[in-house]
Amino acid sequence: MQLFLVLQEGKRGVFINLKGMGKVNDGILCFIFPIFVTIIVVRLMYVLYWVRKPNRSLRTDNLRTLIVLGSGGHTAEMLRIVNVLQKDRFAPRFYIAAATDSMSLQKAKVLEDSLIQQENSGRKMVEASQFIQIYRSREVGQSYVTSIATTLIALAHAVWLTFRIRPQVIICNGPGTCIPLCTSAFLFKLVGLGWSNIFYVESIARVRKVSLSGLLLYKLLLADQFYVQWPQLQKKYPRAQLVGCLM
Amino acid sequence: MDGAGNGGRIRKMVFVTVGTTCFDALVKAVDSRQIKEALSKRGYTDLMIQMGRGSYAPSKVSEEDGPLTVDYFAFSPSIADYLKSASLIISHAGSGSIFETLQLGKSLIVVVNEDLMDNHQSELAEELAERKHLFYARPQMLQQTIETMDLETLVPYVPGTPKLVVDLMNKFLGFPTD
Repeated sequence: MQLFLVLQEGKRGVFINLKGMGKVNDGILCFIFPIFVTIIVVRLMYVLYWVRKPNRSLRTDNLRTLIVLGSGGHTAEMLRIVNVLQKDRFAPRFYIAAATDSMSLQKAKVLEDSLIQQENSGRKMVEASQFIQIYRSREVGQSYVTSIATTLIALAHAVWLTFRIRPQVIICNGPGTCIPLCTSAFLFKLVGLGWSNIFYVESIARVRKVSLSGLLLYKLLLADQFYVQWPQLQKKYPRAQLVGCLM
Repeated sequence: MDGAGNGGRIRKMVFVTVGTTCFDALVKAVDSRQIKEALSKRGYTDLMIQMGRGSYAPSKVSEEDGPLTVDYFAFSPSIADYLKSASLIISHAGSGSIFETLQLGKSLIVVVNEDLMDNHQSELAEELAERKHLFYARPQMLQQTIETMDLETLVPYVPGTPKLVVDLMNKFLGFPTD
């Protein structure tokens, strides 16, 4: 099959004319494209069906866990959750924070260092925790035009990190950093390159309205489980689960 | 314990914190003569201000120039010690500051920064004020709040736990429940 790209000069400038070589090639083009689209749609429906379905079989292995940190109260809340996680089930742990956030990874390191000291020799050896920085999608007050470019860069970086980390569990609580990561994880699910369970815990500071990150993850069905801390939010978002205040 | 007399005064410290933000309106308000007098009338003797990224620096006041000593600093790796030794805390509406204070069982006035564009912070302060865990004020209302507040009406905050969230995550993943 041969297709020719013909550059034609018209009155309104140069445009590209896709020319097939006869009816056979037109047929193939009309055939392949719809099949491709159908495959994607079917796969998307499959993924959206299986997202939010709990695992029925008993699990005993450990899961690669990605923990998304953020400025302000986000990191404090997240580390409070990590403190209670079973360290042998959720391991190895990967902490991600925005490149401009200097404090969060430090706080996570302090937590992990204290765990190393508590570790008994009987535990099986797992990989050490890692601390990673990601490009920020948008700084506070950044113009929307430049935000599109920086968000795409952040998404590309997120895809690369998802490929490298291959998380099986993602835990996040609201900073903008989590959107490119969760989107990337979802894309990986879509193309069948790995399945990560995404747990979103809306911040304790959100009493009546969810954050933008939360709204996106809720509406686009990206999160497997969506937790809220205040009853007002659970009433507003029925698919969310009320877990009470964490702090 | 008798606190009368020059050397025997019980020291009661008010700690003001703005976290990592810039909140000049609060620092200016607290550094004003009216608020300092109001605090002194309520029995406070020292004022310590953590001013964060603000540009307004308060004036330091020593004990002789009283009635309230005033001192300040910009940042500290941990404000836990200041919180522990304070009798009253006046804080911006950041959730970290709020819960760190409430978990120590301290009396708290939260002042919301009205210059912040997206003010979701006020939701948390309002909810906790409704549940009587803290007092909530705008910068202009701070003096009145200090003059009329009754600390006895505050209800101690019982800290929450992430245990339920972790249990739910484990259950979803198929791990055996403990």
